Amino acid sequence: MSNIRSRRIKNNVFHGVVLASALLGVVVLAVLLFDIFSSGLSWLNAEFFTNYTSRIASRAGIRAPLMGSIWIIAITAVIAVPIGIGTAIYLEEYTGQSKLRNFIQLNISNLAGVPSIVYGILGLGVFVVFLGLGRSIISGSLTLALLILPVIIVSSQEAIKSVPKDLKEAGYALGLSKWQVITGVILPYSIPSIMTGNILAVSRALGETAPLLMVGAVSFIAFSPTGIMDSFSILPMQIYNWTARPQEEFHDLAAAAIIVLLVILFITNGIAIYVRNKYEDRLKG
Amino acid sequence: MILDRPYEEKTARYKKIERKEKLIKILLSMFAGVSVLTTIGIIGVLLSESIGFFKEVSIVEFLTGTEWTALFSNPKFGVLPLVAGTLVVTVIGCIIAIPLGLGSAIYLSEYASKRTRKILKPTLEILAGIPTIVYGYFALTVLSPVIRTVFPSSSVFNALSGGIAVGIMILPMISSLSEDAMRAVPESLREGAYALGCTKLEVATKVVVPAALSSIISSFILGISRAIGETMIVALAAGSTPNMTLNPLESVQTMTAFIAQVASGDVSHGGLIYKTIFAVGLLLFCITLGLNVLSRYIVKKYKEEY
Repeated sequence: MSNIRSRRIKNNVFHGVVLASALLGVVVLAVLLFDIFSSGLSWLNAEFFTNYTSRIASRAGIRAPLMGSIWIIAITAVIAVPIGIGTAIYLEEYTGQSKLRNFIQLNISNLAGVPSIVYGILGLGVFVVFLGLGRSIISGSLTLALLILPVIIVSSQEAIKSVPKDLKEAGYALGLSKWQVITGVILPYSIPSIMTGNILAVSRALGETAPLLMVGAVSFIAFSPTGIMDSFSILPMQIYNWTARPQEEFHDLAAAAIIVLLVILFITNGIAIYVRNKYEDRLKG
Repeated sequence: MILDRPYEEKTARYKKIERKEKLIKILLSMFAGVSVLTTIGIIGVLLSESIGFFKEVSIVEFLTGTEWTALFSNPKFGVLPLVAGTLVVTVIGCIIAIPLGLGSAIYLSEYASKRTRKILKPTLEILAGIPTIVYGYFALTVLSPVIRTVFPSSSVFNALSGGIAVGIMILPMISSLSEDAMRAVPESLREGAYALGCTKLEVATKVVVPAALSSIISSFILGISRAIGETMIVALAAGSTPNMTLNPLESVQTMTAFIAQVASGDVSHGGLIYKTIFAVGLLLFCITLGLNVLSRYIVKKYKEEY
Protein backbone atom coordinates (compact mmCIF):
# COMPACT_ATOMS: atom_id res chain seq x y z
CA MET A 1 0.00 0.00 0.00
CA SER A 2 2.96 2.31 0.53
CA ASN A 3 3.31 2.10 -3.24
CA ILE A 4 -0.02 3.88 -3.67
CA ARG A 5 0.92 6.44 -1.05
CA SER A 6 4.19 7.28 -2.74
CA ARG A 7 2.46 7.53 -6.11
CA ARG A 8 -0.07 9.90 -4.60
CA ILE A 9 2.65 12.02 -3.05
CA LYS A 10 4.51 12.15 -6.36
CA ASN A 11 1.30 13.23 -8.05
CA ASN A 12 0.74 16.00 -5.51
CA VAL A 13 4.30 17.24 -5.87
CA PHE A 14 3.94 17.24 -9.65
CA HIS A 15 0.64 19.10 -9.35
CA GLY A 16 2.45 21.79 -7.37
CA VAL A 17 5.28 21.99 -9.91
CA VAL A 18 3.04 22.42 -12.97
CA LEU A 19 0.80 24.85 -11.10
CA ALA A 20 3.86 26.91 -10.22
CA SER A 21 5.04 26.98 -13.83
CA ALA A 22 1.59 28.10 -14.98
CA LEU A 23 1.46 30.79 -12.30
CA LEU A 24 4.93 32.04 -13.18
CA GLY A 25 3.52 33.65 -16.33
CA VAL A 26 1.01 35.54 -14.19
CA VAL A 27 3.73 36.62 -11.77
CA VAL A 28 5.97 37.86 -14.58
CA LEU A 29 3.09 39.80 -16.11
CA ALA A 30 2.29 41.36 -12.74
CA VAL A 31 5.94 42.35 -12.08
CA LEU A 32 6.27 43.73 -15.61
CA LEU A 33 3.13 45.85 -15.38
CA PHE A 34 3.90 47.00 -11.85
CA ASP A 35 7.41 48.08 -12.82
CA ILE A 36 6.23 49.93 -15.93
CA PHE A 37 3.35 51.72 -14.21
CA SER A 38 5.34 52.67 -11.13
CA SER A 39 8.14 54.24 -13.20
CA GLY A 40 6.09 55.70 -16.02
CA LEU A 41 2.78 56.85 -14.62
CA SER A 42 4.03 60.10 -13.08
CA TRP A 43 5.42 61.22 -16.46
CA LEU A 44 2.05 60.98 -18.19
CA ASN A 45 0.60 64.45 -18.58
CA ALA A 46 -0.79 66.55 -21.41
CA GLU A 47 2.65 67.85 -22.38
CA PHE A 48 3.94 64.31 -22.80
CA PHE A 49 1.48 63.92 -25.67
CA THR A 50 1.95 67.36 -27.25
CA ASN A 51 5.73 67.84 -26.95
CA TYR A 52 8.28 66.60 -29.43
CA THR A 53 11.18 64.58 -28.14
CA SER A 54 14.01 66.47 -26.47
CA ARG A 55 17.46 65.95 -25.05
CA ILE A 56 16.07 67.21 -21.76
CA ALA A 57 13.92 64.49 -20.24
CA SER A 58 11.40 66.80 -18.58
CA ARG A 59 10.56 68.46 -21.92
CA ALA A 60 10.40 65.30 -24.00
CA GLY A 61 7.13 64.03 -25.42
CA ILE A 62 5.78 61.52 -27.88
CA ARG A 63 3.92 63.73 -30.36
CA ALA A 64 5.93 62.72 -33.44
CA PRO A 65 6.16 58.97 -32.75
CA LEU A 66 2.48 58.78 -31.77
CA MET A 67 1.43 60.49 -35.01
CA GLY A 68 3.91 58.32 -36.91
CA SER A 69 2.46 55.13 -35.44
CA ILE A 70 -1.08 56.22 -36.39
CA TRP A 71 -0.01 56.99 -39.97
CA ILE A 72 1.92 53.74 -40.32
CA ILE A 73 -0.87 51.58 -38.91
CA ALA A 74 -3.61 53.24 -40.97
CA ILE A 75 -1.76 52.80 -44.25
CA THR A 76 -0.62 49.28 -43.35
CA ALA A 77 -4.25 48.32 -42.73
CA VAL A 78 -5.41 49.90 -46.01
CA ILE A 79 -2.84 47.83 -47.91
CA ALA A 80 -2.91 44.55 -46.02
CA VAL A 81 -6.61 44.03 -45.22
CA PRO A 82 -8.02 43.94 -48.80
CA ILE A 83 -5.11 41.85 -50.12
CA GLY A 84 -5.36 39.46 -47.17
CA ILE A 85 -9.12 38.96 -47.37
CA GLY A 86 -8.90 38.69 -51.18
CA THR A 87 -6.25 35.98 -50.91
CA ALA A 88 -8.32 34.10 -48.34
CA ILE A 89 -11.41 34.20 -50.60
CA TYR A 90 -9.33 33.05 -53.55
CA LEU A 91 -7.85 30.12 -51.64
CA GLU A 92 -11.13 29.01 -50.06
CA GLU A 93 -13.57 29.55 -52.94
CA TYR A 94 -11.63 29.43 -56.20
CA THR A 95 -8.79 26.93 -55.98
CA GLY A 96 -10.48 23.81 -54.58
CA GLN A 97 -7.97 21.22 -53.39
CA SER A 98 -5.54 21.83 -56.23
CA LYS A 99 -1.75 21.79 -56.28
CA LEU A 100 -1.83 25.56 -56.73
CA ARG A 101 -3.66 25.92 -53.44
CA ASN A 102 -1.20 23.64 -51.62
CA PHE A 103 1.69 25.61 -53.06
CA ILE A 104 0.31 29.00 -51.98
CA GLN A 105 -0.68 27.62 -48.58
CA LEU A 106 2.80 26.18 -47.94
CA ASN A 107 4.28 29.46 -49.05
CA ILE A 108 2.10 31.39 -46.60
CA SER A 109 2.96 29.15 -43.66
CA ASN A 110 6.65 29.54 -44.45
CA LEU A 111 6.25 33.32 -44.58
CA ALA A 112 4.56 33.25 -41.17
CA GLY A 113 7.78 31.83 -39.69
CA VAL A 114 10.17 34.36 -41.22
CA PRO A 115 11.68 36.61 -38.51
CA SER A 116 10.33 40.14 -38.63
CA ILE A 117 13.78 41.64 -39.12
CA VAL A 118 14.07 39.73 -42.41
CA TYR A 119 10.95 41.58 -43.60
CA GLY A 120 12.84 44.71 -42.63
CA ILE A 121 15.73 43.64 -44.84
CA LEU A 122 13.25 43.01 -47.66
CA GLY A 123 11.76 46.47 -47.15
CA LEU A 124 15.20 48.07 -47.12
CA GLY A 125 16.31 46.26 -50.27
CA VAL A 126 13.09 46.58 -52.29
CA PHE A 127 11.07 49.59 -51.14
CA VAL A 128 13.72 51.94 -49.78
CA VAL A 129 16.53 51.32 -52.27
CA PHE A 130 15.27 49.46 -55.36
CA LEU A 131 11.95 51.29 -55.79
CA GLY A 132 13.49 54.47 -54.45
CA LEU A 133 10.71 55.21 -51.97
CA GLY A 134 13.31 56.20 -49.37
CA ARG A 135 13.00 56.05 -45.63
CA SER A 136 9.35 57.06 -45.73
CA ILE A 137 6.00 56.14 -44.23
CA ILE A 138 5.00 54.30 -47.40
CA SER A 139 8.12 52.09 -47.26
CA GLY A 140 7.40 51.28 -43.62
CA SER A 141 3.73 50.55 -44.23
CA LEU A 142 4.40 48.32 -47.24
CA THR A 143 6.95 46.36 -45.19
CA LEU A 144 4.58 45.92 -42.25
CA ALA A 145 1.72 45.00 -44.59
CA LEU A 146 3.76 42.11 -46.01
CA LEU A 147 4.70 41.07 -42.45
CA ILE A 148 1.11 40.79 -41.20
CA LEU A 149 -0.32 39.41 -44.44
CA PRO A 150 0.11 35.70 -43.52
CA VAL A 151 -1.71 36.25 -40.22
CA ILE A 152 -4.56 38.10 -41.93
CA ILE A 153 -4.88 35.45 -44.64
CA VAL A 154 -4.94 32.49 -42.25
CA SER A 155 -7.44 34.03 -39.83
CA SER A 156 -9.70 35.17 -42.69
CA GLN A 157 -9.54 31.66 -44.15
CA GLU A 158 -10.68 30.20 -40.82
CA ALA A 159 -13.61 32.64 -40.81
CA ILE A 160 -14.63 31.79 -44.38
CA LYS A 161 -14.34 28.05 -43.68
CA SER A 162 -16.85 28.42 -40.85
CA VAL A 163 -19.66 29.45 -43.23
CA PRO A 164 -22.13 26.51 -43.39
CA LYS A 165 -22.07 24.70 -46.70
CA ASP A 166 -25.85 24.60 -47.03
CA LEU A 167 -26.06 28.41 -47.00
CA LYS A 168 -23.64 28.59 -49.91
CA GLU A 169 -25.45 25.84 -51.80
CA ALA A 170 -28.78 27.54 -51.25
CA GLY A 171 -27.25 30.60 -52.90
CA TYR A 172 -26.07 28.63 -55.90
CA ALA A 173 -29.45 26.85 -56.13
CA LEU A 174 -31.08 30.26 -56.51
CA GLY A 175 -28.88 30.82 -59.53
CA LEU A 176 -26.40 33.22 -57.98
CA SER A 177 -22.97 33.56 -59.52
CA LYS A 178 -19.87 32.82 -57.48
CA TRP A 179 -19.15 36.45 -56.72
CA GLN A 180 -22.79 37.01 -55.74
CA VAL A 181 -22.55 34.10 -53.30
CA ILE A 182 -19.32 35.54 -51.90
CA THR A 183 -20.68 39.07 -51.43
CA GLY A 184 -24.24 38.05 -50.57
CA VAL A 185 -23.75 34.97 -48.40
CA ILE A 186 -20.16 34.25 -47.36
CA LEU A 187 -18.93 37.73 -46.44
CA PRO A 188 -22.02 38.87 -44.51
CA TYR A 189 -21.86 35.67 -42.48
CA SER A 190 -18.14 35.70 -41.79
CA ILE A 191 -17.28 39.41 -41.68
CA PRO A 192 -17.38 39.69 -37.85
CA SER A 193 -14.76 37.00 -37.33
CA ILE A 194 -12.77 38.26 -40.32
CA MET A 195 -12.74 41.70 -38.71
CA THR A 196 -11.70 40.26 -35.34
CA GLY A 197 -8.70 38.50 -36.88
CA ASN A 198 -7.80 41.55 -38.93
CA ILE A 199 -7.93 43.97 -36.01
CA LEU A 200 -5.73 41.63 -33.95
CA ALA A 201 -3.20 41.31 -36.79
CA VAL A 202 -3.06 45.06 -37.44
CA SER A 203 -2.71 45.86 -33.75
CA ARG A 204 0.19 43.43 -33.55
CA ALA A 205 1.91 45.52 -36.20
CA LEU A 206 1.64 48.49 -33.83
CA GLY A 207 4.26 46.96 -31.53
CA GLU A 208 6.66 45.84 -34.27
CA THR A 209 10.00 47.60 -34.07
CA ALA A 210 12.68 45.62 -35.88
CA PRO A 211 11.30 45.84 -39.44
CA LEU A 212 10.76 49.60 -39.19
CA LEU A 213 14.20 50.07 -37.71
CA MET A 214 15.48 48.56 -40.95
CA VAL A 215 13.47 50.79 -43.27
CA GLY A 216 14.51 53.86 -41.35
CA ALA A 217 12.21 54.83 -38.54
CA VAL A 218 14.24 57.42 -36.69
CA SER A 219 13.94 58.32 -33.06
CA PHE A 220 14.78 62.00 -33.10
CA ILE A 221 12.22 63.77 -35.20
CA ALA A 222 10.69 67.13 -34.43
CA PHE A 223 7.72 67.26 -36.78
CA SER A 224 4.59 65.23 -37.35
CA PRO A 225 4.30 63.55 -40.73
CA THR A 226 1.93 65.17 -43.24
CA GLY A 227 2.17 62.73 -46.15
CA ILE A 228 3.18 59.22 -47.08
CA MET A 229 6.60 60.24 -48.36
CA ASP A 230 7.62 61.89 -45.08
CA SER A 231 10.18 60.37 -42.78
CA PHE A 232 8.75 59.13 -39.53
CA SER A 233 9.19 57.79 -36.05
CA ILE A 234 7.00 55.28 -34.23
CA LEU A 235 6.21 54.69 -30.58
CA PRO A 236 8.23 51.45 -30.19
CA MET A 237 11.22 53.15 -31.82
CA GLN A 238 11.03 56.01 -29.32
CA ILE A 239 10.81 53.45 -26.51
CA TYR A 240 13.89 51.72 -27.91
CA ASN A 241 15.84 54.94 -28.07
CA TRP A 242 14.91 56.09 -24.57
CA THR A 243 15.58 52.66 -23.05
CA ALA A 244 19.01 52.52 -24.70
CA ARG A 245 20.09 55.75 -22.99
CA PRO A 246 22.01 55.39 -19.74
CA GLN A 247 20.10 58.06 -17.75
CA GLU A 248 17.43 56.86 -15.37
CA GLU A 249 14.86 59.55 -16.29
CA PHE A 250 14.84 58.46 -19.92
CA HIS A 251 14.04 54.92 -18.76
CA ASP A 252 11.03 56.38 -16.96
CA LEU A 253 10.03 58.21 -20.14
CA ALA A 254 10.29 54.88 -21.95
CA ALA A 255 8.01 53.34 -19.33
CA ALA A 256 5.50 56.17 -19.88
CA ALA A 257 5.56 55.57 -23.63
CA ILE A 258 5.12 51.82 -23.00
CA ILE A 259 1.99 52.60 -20.97
CA VAL A 260 0.58 54.54 -23.94
CA LEU A 261 1.44 51.69 -26.31
CA LEU A 262 -0.08 49.04 -24.04
CA VAL A 263 -3.26 51.08 -23.54
CA ILE A 264 -3.70 51.44 -27.31
CA LEU A 265 -3.15 47.69 -27.75
CA PHE A 266 -5.59 46.97 -24.94
CA ILE A 267 -8.27 49.14 -26.56
CA THR A 268 -7.83 47.65 -30.05
CA ASN A 269 -7.89 44.09 -28.72
CA GLY A 270 -10.95 44.99 -26.67
CA ILE A 271 -12.70 46.24 -29.80
CA ALA A 272 -11.82 43.00 -31.60
CA ILE A 273 -13.26 40.87 -28.81
CA TYR A 274 -16.35 43.12 -28.59
CA VAL A 275 -17.01 42.74 -32.34
CA ARG A 276 -16.65 38.98 -32.08
CA ASN A 277 -18.96 38.59 -29.09
CA LYS A 278 -21.59 40.98 -30.40
CA TYR A 279 -21.97 39.35 -33.80
CA GLU A 280 -21.58 35.83 -32.53
CA ASP A 281 -24.74 36.40 -30.50
CA ARG A 282 -26.54 37.91 -33.48
CA LEU A 283 -25.71 34.96 -35.73
CA LYS A 284 -26.65 32.43 -33.11
CA GLY A 285 -29.91 34.21 -32.29
CA MET B 1 -39.25 36.48 -83.00
CA ILE B 2 -40.89 38.09 -80.04
CA LEU B 3 -40.28 34.95 -78.02
CA ASP B 4 -36.58 35.08 -78.85
CA ARG B 5 -36.00 38.52 -77.49
CA PRO B 6 -35.98 37.76 -73.74
CA TYR B 7 -33.63 34.88 -74.42
CA GLU B 8 -31.22 37.13 -76.26
CA GLU B 9 -31.35 39.68 -73.47
CA LYS B 10 -30.55 36.99 -70.99
CA THR B 11 -27.50 35.80 -72.86
CA ALA B 12 -26.20 39.33 -73.07
CA ARG B 13 -26.66 39.73 -69.34
CA TYR B 14 -25.14 36.34 -68.79
CA LYS B 15 -22.10 37.24 -70.82
CA LYS B 16 -21.69 40.41 -68.81
CA ILE B 17 -21.83 38.48 -65.54
CA GLU B 18 -19.38 35.93 -66.87
CA ARG B 19 -16.94 38.65 -67.88
CA LYS B 20 -17.21 40.22 -64.45
CA GLU B 21 -16.68 36.86 -62.75
CA LYS B 22 -13.55 36.25 -64.78
CA LEU B 23 -12.17 39.68 -63.96
CA ILE B 24 -12.80 39.12 -60.25
CA LYS B 25 -11.06 35.78 -60.34
CA ILE B 26 -8.02 37.32 -62.00
CA LEU B 27 -7.96 40.16 -59.47
CA LEU B 28 -8.18 37.75 -56.53
CA SER B 29 -5.46 35.53 -57.94
CA MET B 30 -3.26 38.62 -58.17
CA PHE B 31 -3.87 39.25 -54.46
CA ALA B 32 -2.83 35.66 -53.74
CA GLY B 33 0.22 36.27 -55.90
CA VAL B 34 1.41 38.96 -53.49
CA SER B 35 2.46 36.39 -50.91
CA VAL B 36 4.27 34.33 -53.53
CA LEU B 37 6.00 37.51 -54.70
CA THR B 38 6.98 38.25 -51.09
CA THR B 39 8.82 34.96 -50.86
CA ILE B 40 10.51 35.57 -54.20
CA GLY B 41 11.37 39.09 -53.05
CA ILE B 42 12.91 37.92 -49.77
CA ILE B 43 15.03 35.23 -51.42
CA GLY B 44 15.92 37.46 -54.37
CA VAL B 45 17.02 40.43 -52.25
CA LEU B 46 18.98 38.28 -49.80
CA LEU B 47 20.74 36.33 -52.55
CA SER B 48 21.56 39.18 -54.91
CA GLU B 49 23.16 41.40 -52.26
CA SER B 50 24.86 38.42 -50.58
CA ILE B 51 26.47 37.42 -53.87
CA GLY B 52 28.01 40.89 -53.97
CA PHE B 53 29.24 40.38 -50.44
CA PHE B 54 30.72 36.96 -51.14
CA LYS B 55 32.63 38.37 -54.11
CA GLU B 56 34.64 40.40 -51.61
CA VAL B 57 34.66 37.98 -48.65
CA SER B 58 35.01 34.25 -49.23
CA ILE B 59 32.14 32.06 -48.01
CA VAL B 60 34.61 29.85 -46.11
CA GLU B 61 36.03 32.82 -44.24
CA PHE B 62 32.49 34.04 -43.48
CA LEU B 63 31.27 30.71 -42.12
CA THR B 64 34.39 29.60 -40.24
CA GLY B 65 36.06 32.86 -39.14
CA THR B 66 36.10 33.54 -35.41
CA GLU B 67 36.51 37.30 -35.58
CA TRP B 68 33.74 39.74 -36.48
CA THR B 69 34.94 43.31 -36.77
CA ALA B 70 32.70 44.46 -39.59
CA LEU B 71 32.47 48.06 -38.40
CA PHE B 72 36.22 48.55 -37.83
CA SER B 73 38.64 50.09 -40.32
CA ASN B 74 40.31 46.76 -41.00
CA PRO B 75 37.21 44.56 -41.01
CA LYS B 76 37.14 40.81 -40.51
CA PHE B 77 34.00 38.90 -41.42
CA GLY B 78 33.92 35.63 -39.48
CA VAL B 79 30.29 35.13 -38.52
CA LEU B 80 30.87 32.59 -35.73
CA PRO B 81 30.91 35.14 -32.86
CA LEU B 82 27.45 36.31 -33.94
CA VAL B 83 26.30 32.69 -34.18
CA ALA B 84 27.74 32.01 -30.71
CA GLY B 85 25.90 35.04 -29.30
CA THR B 86 22.66 33.88 -30.88
CA LEU B 87 23.24 30.37 -29.56
CA VAL B 88 23.82 31.46 -25.95
CA VAL B 89 20.70 33.64 -25.91
CA THR B 90 18.58 30.93 -27.56
CA VAL B 91 19.79 28.17 -25.22
CA ILE B 92 19.04 30.30 -22.14
CA GLY B 93 15.65 31.14 -23.59
CA CYS B 94 14.91 27.44 -24.11
CA ILE B 95 16.08 26.47 -20.61
CA ILE B 96 13.46 28.92 -19.31
CA ALA B 97 10.66 28.43 -21.80
CA ILE B 98 10.61 24.70 -22.56
CA PRO B 99 10.17 23.27 -19.03
CA LEU B 100 7.91 26.12 -17.90
CA GLY B 101 5.90 26.07 -21.13
CA LEU B 102 5.44 22.32 -21.00
CA GLY B 103 4.64 22.47 -17.28
CA SER B 104 1.98 25.12 -17.68
CA ALA B 105 0.54 23.29 -20.70
CA ILE B 106 0.23 20.11 -18.60
CA TYR B 107 -1.37 22.09 -15.80
CA LEU B 108 -3.87 23.82 -18.09
CA SER B 109 -4.74 20.67 -20.00
CA GLU B 110 -4.75 18.03 -17.23
CA TYR B 111 -4.99 19.57 -13.77
CA ALA B 112 -6.74 22.93 -13.98
CA SER B 113 -10.44 23.24 -13.24
CA LYS B 114 -12.53 25.02 -15.85
CA ARG B 115 -12.61 28.16 -13.74
CA THR B 116 -8.84 28.39 -13.18
CA ARG B 117 -8.28 27.74 -16.85
CA LYS B 118 -10.61 30.57 -17.73
CA ILE B 119 -8.46 32.98 -15.74
CA LEU B 120 -4.98 31.59 -16.53
CA LYS B 121 -5.33 31.21 -20.27
CA PRO B 122 -6.21 34.84 -21.07
CA THR B 123 -3.32 35.95 -18.85
CA LEU B 124 -0.90 33.91 -20.94
CA GLU B 125 -2.53 35.39 -24.05
CA ILE B 126 -1.87 38.90 -22.76
CA LEU B 127 1.75 37.91 -22.16
CA ALA B 128 1.91 36.69 -25.76
CA GLY B 129 0.52 39.98 -27.05
CA ILE B 130 3.05 42.25 -25.34
CA PRO B 131 5.41 43.82 -27.92
CA THR B 132 8.95 42.49 -27.75
CA ILE B 133 10.37 45.99 -27.22
CA VAL B 134 8.62 45.95 -23.82
CA TYR B 135 10.45 42.73 -22.92
CA GLY B 136 13.66 44.45 -23.98
CA TYR B 137 12.92 47.30 -21.57
CA PHE B 138 12.14 44.73 -18.87
CA ALA B 139 15.41 42.86 -19.50
CA LEU B 140 17.54 45.96 -19.29
CA THR B 141 15.88 47.80 -16.41
CA VAL B 142 14.66 44.92 -14.21
CA LEU B 143 16.51 41.67 -15.02
CA SER B 144 19.96 43.10 -15.62
CA PRO B 145 20.29 44.88 -12.23
CA VAL B 146 19.15 41.67 -10.48
CA ILE B 147 21.70 39.62 -12.40
CA ARG B 148 24.43 42.12 -11.53
CA THR B 149 23.61 41.83 -7.85
CA VAL B 150 23.81 38.03 -7.98
CA PHE B 151 26.84 37.88 -10.28
CA PRO B 152 28.85 41.09 -9.69
CA SER B 153 31.26 40.11 -12.47
CA SER B 154 28.66 40.35 -15.24
CA SER B 155 28.48 43.24 -17.69
CA VAL B 156 25.56 45.69 -17.85
CA PHE B 157 24.62 44.15 -21.17
CA ASN B 158 24.75 40.38 -20.91
CA ALA B 159 23.45 37.36 -22.71
CA LEU B 160 21.72 36.08 -19.57
CA SER B 161 19.24 38.93 -19.17
CA GLY B 162 18.50 38.89 -22.90
CA GLY B 163 18.10 35.11 -22.85
CA ILE B 164 15.71 35.14 -19.88
CA ALA B 165 13.57 37.82 -21.54
CA VAL B 166 13.54 35.85 -24.81
CA GLY B 167 12.49 32.79 -22.79
CA ILE B 168 9.59 34.71 -21.23
CA MET B 169 8.59 35.93 -24.69
CA ILE B 170 8.39 32.45 -26.26
CA LEU B 171 6.87 30.80 -23.17
CA PRO B 172 3.20 31.60 -23.98
CA MET B 173 3.62 30.35 -27.52
CA ILE B 174 5.12 27.00 -26.45
CA SER B 175 2.55 26.66 -23.70
CA SER B 176 -0.48 27.31 -25.89
CA LEU B 177 0.68 25.15 -28.82
CA SER B 178 1.55 22.24 -26.48
CA GLU B 179 -1.73 22.62 -24.65
CA ASP B 180 -3.67 22.49 -27.91
CA ALA B 181 -1.83 19.27 -28.78
CA MET B 182 -2.61 17.69 -25.39
CA ARG B 183 -6.25 18.64 -25.50
CA ALA B 184 -6.50 16.97 -28.90
CA VAL B 185 -5.61 13.62 -27.27
CA PRO B 186 -8.89 11.65 -27.09
CA GLU B 187 -10.56 11.45 -23.69
CA SER B 188 -10.90 7.64 -24.04
CA LEU B 189 -7.13 7.19 -23.71
CA ARG B 190 -7.13 9.09 -20.41
CA GLU B 191 -10.13 7.22 -19.11
CA GLY B 192 -8.53 3.90 -19.98
CA ALA B 193 -5.50 4.82 -17.92
CA TYR B 194 -7.61 6.06 -14.99
CA ALA B 195 -9.55 2.80 -15.09
CA LEU B 196 -6.26 0.97 -14.63
CA GLY B 197 -5.69 2.99 -11.45
CA CYS B 198 -3.23 5.58 -12.76
CA THR B 199 -2.69 8.86 -10.95
CA LYS B 200 -2.97 12.15 -12.83
CA LEU B 201 0.82 12.34 -12.95
CA GLU B 202 0.99 8.97 -14.66
CA VAL B 203 -1.81 9.80 -17.08
CA ALA B 204 -0.11 13.09 -17.99
CA THR B 205 3.44 11.81 -18.40
CA LYS B 206 2.83 8.27 -19.66
CA VAL B 207 -0.28 8.71 -21.81
CA VAL B 208 -1.04 12.30 -22.80
CA VAL B 209 2.46 13.70 -23.37
CA PRO B 210 3.67 10.67 -25.39
CA ALA B 211 0.49 10.76 -27.48
CA ALA B 212 0.95 14.45 -28.27
CA LEU B 213 4.75 14.31 -28.45
CA SER B 214 5.18 15.18 -32.13
CA SER B 215 3.18 18.41 -31.83
CA ILE B 216 4.85 19.25 -28.51
CA ILE B 217 8.32 18.91 -30.02
CA SER B 218 7.29 20.92 -33.04
CA SER B 219 6.13 23.69 -30.69
CA PHE B 220 9.59 23.65 -29.08
CA ILE B 221 11.23 23.99 -32.48
CA LEU B 222 8.94 26.87 -33.45
CA GLY B 223 9.85 28.53 -30.16
CA ILE B 224 13.58 28.09 -30.89
CA SER B 225 13.09 29.56 -34.34
CA ARG B 226 11.27 32.56 -32.84
CA ALA B 227 14.05 33.02 -30.28
CA ILE B 228 16.74 33.02 -32.97
CA GLY B 229 14.90 35.67 -34.98
CA GLU B 230 14.09 37.96 -32.04
CA THR B 231 15.72 41.34 -32.43
CA MET B 232 14.67 44.12 -30.07
CA ILE B 233 15.22 42.25 -26.78
CA VAL B 234 18.78 41.29 -27.66
CA ALA B 235 19.56 44.64 -29.27
CA LEU B 236 18.68 46.34 -25.98
CA ALA B 237 19.83 43.85 -23.37
CA ALA B 238 22.47 41.47 -24.73
CA GLY B 239 24.89 44.10 -25.93
CA SER B 240 26.70 44.92 -29.16
CA THR B 241 30.06 43.22 -28.73
CA PRO B 242 30.63 40.35 -31.16
CA ASN B 243 32.13 37.91 -28.73
CA MET B 244 33.37 34.38 -29.37
CA THR B 245 32.12 33.16 -26.01
CA LEU B 246 29.52 30.91 -24.47
CA ASN B 247 29.66 32.74 -21.12
CA PRO B 248 26.17 34.11 -20.45
CA LEU B 249 27.45 36.87 -18.17
CA GLU B 250 29.40 38.58 -20.93
CA SER B 251 28.16 41.08 -23.44
CA VAL B 252 27.53 39.41 -26.82
CA GLN B 253 26.01 40.32 -30.15
CA THR B 254 23.49 38.17 -31.96
CA MET B 255 22.98 38.04 -35.72
CA THR B 256 19.76 40.04 -35.43
CA ALA B 257 21.33 42.63 -33.13
CA PHE B 258 24.14 43.17 -35.61
CA ILE B 259 21.69 43.73 -38.46
CA ALA B 260 19.76 46.21 -36.30
CA GLN B 261 22.95 48.01 -35.27
CA VAL B 262 24.11 48.50 -38.85
CA ALA B 263 20.66 49.60 -40.01
CA SER B 264 20.28 52.22 -37.31
CA GLY B 265 23.58 53.82 -38.27
CA ASP B 266 24.18 55.71 -41.50
CA VAL B 267 25.29 53.21 -44.11
CA SER B 268 25.85 54.04 -47.75
CA HIS B 269 23.95 51.80 -50.11
CA GLY B 270 26.11 49.46 -52.08
CA GLY B 271 29.01 49.57 -49.62
CA LEU B 272 30.42 46.40 -48.09
CA ILE B 273 28.82 47.15 -44.70
CA TYR B 274 25.43 47.50 -46.39
CA LYS B 275 25.92 44.10 -48.00
CA THR B 276 26.81 42.41 -44.70
CA ILE B 277 23.20 43.03 -43.58
CA PHE B 278 22.03 40.79 -46.40
CA ALA B 279 24.68 38.10 -45.87
CA VAL B 280 23.88 37.79 -42.16
CA GLY B 281 20.17 38.03 -43.00
CA LEU B 282 20.51 35.18 -45.48
CA LEU B 283 22.12 32.98 -42.82
CA LEU B 284 19.36 33.90 -40.35
CA PHE B 285 16.67 33.21 -42.95
CA CYS B 286 18.16 29.78 -43.81
CA ILE B 287 18.37 28.75 -40.14
CA THR B 288 14.81 29.78 -39.24
CA LEU B 289 13.35 28.37 -42.47
CA GLY B 290 15.15 25.06 -41.82
CA LEU B 291 13.70 24.91 -38.29
CA ASN B 292 10.18 25.72 -39.50
CA VAL B 293 10.34 23.04 -42.18
CA LEU B 294 11.70 20.57 -39.61
CA SER B 295 8.86 21.30 -37.19
CA ARG B 296 6.26 20.72 -39.90
CA TYR B 297 8.02 17.53 -40.97
CA ILE B 298 7.99 16.13 -37.41
CA VAL B 299 4.25 16.72 -37.05
CA LYS B 300 3.54 15.17 -40.43
CA LYS B 301 5.80 12.16 -39.99
CA TYR B 302 5.26 11.22 -36.35
CA LYS B 303 1.71 12.34 -35.73
CA GLU B 304 -0.26 9.62 -33.93
CA GLU B 305 -3.69 9.08 -35.44
CA TYR B 306 -6.58 7.82 -33.38
